[in-house]
Amino acid sequence: MEATSLAALSGTAAACVVVVAARVVHQAGPELALLDASGGCRAELAEGAPPAPGTWVRLSGRWDGQVLTGARVVEAHVPAAPWPRAGGEWRWLRDDDDRRLTLLRLRARLKDAVRAFFADHDFLEVDTPAMVPSPGLDVHLDAFGVSGSVAPRWLITSPEYQLKRVLAGGLPRVYQMARCFRRGERGPLHEPEFTMVEWYRTFAGSAEVMADTERLVAQVAEAANGRPVLLGRSGAVDVTPPWERLSVTEAFARYAGRDAEALLAEGEEAFFRVLATELEPQLGRERPVFLTGWPASMASLARLDAEGRADRFEAYVDGVELCNGFGELVDPVEQRARLQRDRASREAQGLPAYPIDGRFLAALEEGLPPSGGNALGFDRLVMLAAGASHIADVLAVPSGRL
Amino acid sequence: MADTGDLKKGFKLLIEGAPWQVVEAQFVKPGKGVAFFRTKLKDMQTGRVIDRTYRSGEKLEKADTEERTMQYLFAEGENYVFMDNETYDQMRISKEQLGDNVFYLLDNTNVDVMLFEGRPIGITPPTFVELEVVETEPGFKGDTTSNVQKPAITSTGLKVNVPLFVNQGDTLKIDTRTGDYVERVKK
Repeated sequence: MEATSLAALSGTAAACVVVVAARVVHQAGPELALLDASGGCRAELAEGAPPAPGTWVRLSGRWDGQVLTGARVVEAHVPAAPWPRAGGEWRWLRDDDDRRLTLLRLRARLKDAVRAFFADHDFLEVDTPAMVPSPGLDVHLDAFGVSGSVAPRWLITSPEYQLKRVLAGGLPRVYQMARCFRRGERGPLHEPEFTMVEWYRTFAGSAEVMADTERLVAQVAEAANGRPVLLGRSGAVDVTPPWERLSVTEAFARYAGRDAEALLAEGEEAFFRVLATELEPQLGRERPVFLTGWPASMASLARLDAEGRADRFEAYVDGVELCNGFGELVDPVEQRARLQRDRASREAQGLPAYPIDGRFLAALEEGLPPSGGNALGFDRLVMLAAGASHIADVLAVPSGRL
Repeated sequence: MADTGDLKKGFKLLIEGAPWQVVEAQFVKPGKGVAFFRTKLKDMQTGRVIDRTYRSGEKLEKADTEERTMQYLFAEGENYVFMDNETYDQMRISKEQLGDNVFYLLDNTNVDVMLFEGRPIGITPPTFVELEVVETEPGFKGDTTSNVQKPAITSTGLKVNVPLFVNQGDTLKIDTRTGDYVERVKK
């Protein structure tokens, strides 16, 4: 007999015989209190020695609408260590009034909401490899190498190259919920291993993908909170589309009173220092904002627009950078030149110079129509939906607990 | 040589020859940009806290500080005299450097003294100290349950909120990390 979750018992007709699998959290004589991931219930043992608190049990009994009566232990597993143990798994998941467990349930629900959104919009979910011949040459992203592989392999920092190959192969709308890996990144908003929702659509640019983003986030927020609102880190954010579009130049002037171009002339570090410490904390309060029109030197894999700026955008919600999207660069000649330049730049800075992915370039040569794409941090979306302050709060086992 | 990877709470570093302690450090990085560590640093000599942002990978200089157990002997004007329990050397620390810790000094008790380049820059008193109440309104007998509190002053000059049942002459256990009343001690 399949075990019924404890929360489902309330919907079970009285006098039904059920089996439950749960942990005994309290015991007094034949009376037990049980808890599983869904909720709790009380049980009364019909016979036998009662299991001690901490014991995992499979119990069969008759649900009388309130209590599992006449219960019998079908199977028991007694923990080897004293229970509950400080720092142990039970405490980790259950402390603070089941806060983490609640967030994990929300996370699972929001994953479903993301998939429903893309299914509604006719995107095909594809799973591309996590081990690849080139993790990308972005100067500010470092990858983990894979030992033991015959040909050199790295873990993806994003599934971009392989998804674009799939796109060029003839699938006009694709997405992936990809586990990505970035070396040296750990903090309240960073984990070395995280989940990215990345999607691409052909015959589109950043305008269409920004529209996708607004609708996706609004739909996920509805799934989380019943209305298009994310609880945010410092306060609630209404994510009803459309969101503000703000150029990088305007944002630097408005929030820091600085000239973005002049800062960039001082060097990338000066630009990013102001962005990270002065702008970001102020961006997307109460309403999300798209930062558009990035300097050409930060185009990465984005095309340049008519004014020579990168056709790239980032969305900010309550000070959190939620995604980075492009009107994609589809010109194979320009793309090769950029990768060579980035590679040389990595070498000059003493950073690992990963190979150039020849098959990715070949796909562009075979023809990728004008396309738009976006990479959105799923863990951050869950954090914002729930008002969690640390990315580790929305993970069952964050890297710090390995 | 240390670097930004060492920027964790409690780490001590040198800035322009002075020792600072990390109160808070946070990794921040625009997705496609340069990574930084935003920190809050405390000047170990004055207690002043500043914000400072380091580029990830920047080299840092570790501050060589040393903690020694010393006995508090007596006050001498604006200075407080301590004796190193191993070398019997005496040291003077100013009232200003001690800050609120002056309220936890009891004659002939041990404290940890932080030394930087051989000079004392601050102390860590025991986590709990027992201090006598010299001034408070008379207590209400039997009121041991309500959360209402009243002010009291200890023999060392510490102002602390205490439950209503506390009387002048009582000895109190105080948490020196917060300056809060913990319990009344029976003598």
